[in-house]
Amino acid sequence: MKQKYLPLTATILIFVLSYALCAAQYPNILSTRVIGNLLTDNAFLGIAAVGMTFVILSGGIDLSVGSIIAFTGVFLAVVLEHTSMHPLVAFALVLAITTLFGALMGVIIHYLEMPAFIVTLAGMFLARGMAFVLSIDSIPIKHPFYATLKGLYYKLPGGGRITLIGGLMLLVFAVGILIAHRTRFGTNVYALGGGTATAKLMGVPVASTTVKIYAFSGLLAGLSGIVFSLYTSAGYSLAAVGVELDAITAVVIGGTLLTGGSGFVAGTLVGLFIQGLIQTYITFDGSLSSWWTKILIGALLFAFILLQKGIIHLSRDARQRA
Amino acid sequence: MSPKRGIVVSGLDLPETVSMQASSDNILSAVRIDKGFPGTKALDKVDFHLQRGEVHALLGENGAGKSTLIKCLTGAYRRDGGSILLDGVDVDPRDTFDAQRMGIGTVYQEVNLLPNLSVAENLFLGRQPRRFGMVDNRAMNRKAHELLSQYELELDVTRALASYSVAIQQVVAIARAVDLSGKVLILDEPTASLDAHEVAMLFRIVRRLKARGLGIIFITHFLEQVYEISDRITVLRNGRLVGTRSTADLDRRDLIAMMIGRELAAEIRAVQPHAAEGEPRYRFRNYGRRGRIDPFDLDVRAGEVVGIAGLLGSGRTETAEVLFGAHRADSGTVEIDGRRVELSSPRAAIRQKFGFCPEDRKTAGIVGDLSVRENIVLALQARRGWTRPISRAEQNRLADLYIRVLDIRTADREKPIKLLSGGNQQKAILARWLATEPEFLILDEPTRGIDVGAHAEIVRLIETLREKGMSLIVISSEIEELVAYSTRIIVLRDRAHVAELGGERLTADQIVEAIAAANERRAS
Repeated sequence: MKQKYLPLTATILIFVLSYALCAAQYPNILSTRVIGNLLTDNAFLGIAAVGMTFVILSGGIDLSVGSIIAFTGVFLAVVLEHTSMHPLVAFALVLAITTLFGALMGVIIHYLEMPAFIVTLAGMFLARGMAFVLSIDSIPIKHPFYATLKGLYYKLPGGGRITLIGGLMLLVFAVGILIAHRTRFGTNVYALGGGTATAKLMGVPVASTTVKIYAFSGLLAGLSGIVFSLYTSAGYSLAAVGVELDAITAVVIGGTLLTGGSGFVAGTLVGLFIQGLIQTYITFDGSLSSWWTKILIGALLFAFILLQKGIIHLSRDARQRA
Repeated sequence: MSPKRGIVVSGLDLPETVSMQASSDNILSAVRIDKGFPGTKALDKVDFHLQRGEVHALLGENGAGKSTLIKCLTGAYRRDGGSILLDGVDVDPRDTFDAQRMGIGTVYQEVNLLPNLSVAENLFLGRQPRRFGMVDNRAMNRKAHELLSQYELELDVTRALASYSVAIQQVVAIARAVDLSGKVLILDEPTASLDAHEVAMLFRIVRRLKARGLGIIFITHFLEQVYEISDRITVLRNGRLVGTRSTADLDRRDLIAMMIGRELAAEIRAVQPHAAEGEPRYRFRNYGRRGRIDPFDLDVRAGEVVGIAGLLGSGRTETAEVLFGAHRADSGTVEIDGRRVELSSPRAAIRQKFGFCPEDRKTAGIVGDLSVRENIVLALQARRGWTRPISRAEQNRLADLYIRVLDIRTADREKPIKLLSGGNQQKAILARWLATEPEFLILDEPTRGIDVGAHAEIVRLIETLREKGMSLIVISSEIEELVAYSTRIIVLRDRAHVAELGGERLTADQIVEAIAAANERRAS
């Protein structure tokens, strides 16, 4: 097997194993209801994680995601409360804002040669601050269009539902996979992760690719914010704190190298499912504290970092023998 | 071999070459190229003409202007003056990618491809075949396969580039450059990290490309390779053109004279050093580390240079690393002056007054962004510990001393070391260890990748250190050079010490024989 598939295989193996273990204890976990809920509950995180995958593949990081989600939620709540704007127009407007915001961070990262960590950290504070400027309260969204959207779902056999936002997440993953593996832009993202200087020498448009990557992450963070506002029917500036870290976790558990250049968008989906599965298990159990989610995910994350380190070592040894 | 004695070519200023005017056969002509940097003139009205279907060696010491000329040709630098004609048309590449599109492709020593992408993606990055707006991976892989089969390479093109050897990566880089550019191919030190077999493969490819009518510029430090492959030679010195000659008409002495333009400083010493007298100071017994180097015995006396010879991968560097504690030995003992010591880490070794100049100075030696001064005092400070900082005045004194003694060419001691040329970086690392006043110094390939002049200076320095009573271990792939300054030579094969040669038996032929004999044993 090719080495690049090793982390992904490990992820899938862990998912299948843990799913089997959970199912052995709680057969209900196999029902389409649970699966439908898994998709719905993690939709906003999954969408943000697709953007994060691209950022991390390129060797960067985007810490602004959670704040952008909160900003989007508050923006929508305020706009829908105070104006007569149709939600779809508001969606388009907010997506334009977050995309522009991401693009701006990309511009700063590339042209001022600043580390992505610092730039997006600033972006994180800025977006969160903007949300507070709009409103410090939790504002409910009561627009009838929201109710319509929430009423849309595809009924699975067994009573489960693929809701609009759950389906949207799957669609975003599909588009993400296509972009990563079947477009020149996708290859350029991997190229940046392999080494910016070399990529530049090979004619990769480093500037535009960097800007596009962060714009894409901003766009998906905005979309994730819309999904989150649909999910919670409210906008609150303190919402979605630390979602960027959950997204990074999904990406890394999904087998993407934190240093960039290697990984798969599909892996992120499995990483997301593993996180969701742990939460579902704890809900089923009922007696476990929800903090076990964090502890288990922490342990998993650590195991994956070790695995990646091990693979790097193995490949080095293999090359020395060759 | 040329005679080892009496190569004195001082003041040999060869007459200017008959200027080759842009003839119809020139695929690339650089005319009166000027390039200056603050404080220096890197290129001074340099002319360079490359013909269709020739391999043209571009030679000169480090700092002669080779790299600067290449960078001007490939658009990495903007030239201050002069013109570049490609196929008789004035061109002005904005950057390397622009130059590639015009027809000038470059392959560097450190392969400039992306190790994480597949071979096919590396070949077609930025111009992947598309169907319905999506990259057509199947077509790309097929084209990659076809392209590489022209170079006698049968690879799984979907695998990551990093899973192949440097030599194969090099060929992939050439395939990409030729496919992309197809007029001029610049090979910048392509053979530095290849073994003899791989060099032969590379040269077969170069000859084939030459037959296809490409103009090939070949930059190297290996003069044998220049004579093996090149048709003409252009020599630069101090940013000026010394001359362009036909390889067949230029013998090695004259070539070296053109390159260094001054007396060849003690190129190779005539008298072999006497075997050092007295008891060994350092006794390594049954010393080794599983998987890296088989246990060996080694005695080193004061005032002795022990050379280590062997092919690439025979365990030379591994020996050095075990001796220095960089990889902890898992068997054997060390005695220094009859006293048992533990060399469990480089720190422990430094405390015993050991020093180690590693082979790969870029990754294991210099700290690129620190100044020459900081790089020089690094090891000394490490030995003293952070509680006893070296005063700035003392640092300055040390830096200035070694810059002077070793003739490190730098504008001043505060210049970041990465801006120095390879030979001067090597000298700065040497200075770092000399500043700790070591008694046992390990040099791993001290002369690799540096020019002829710096080469001779480093050889002379090894001599001086030996005469002062230091014990040295020197690893080199240049056997002639090892024979010249070693009192004894250890021959390695397959990560084991297979022979020790000294006295009468200390000749290049004997070493080659020892390596070959070990090979035969293995084969039988």
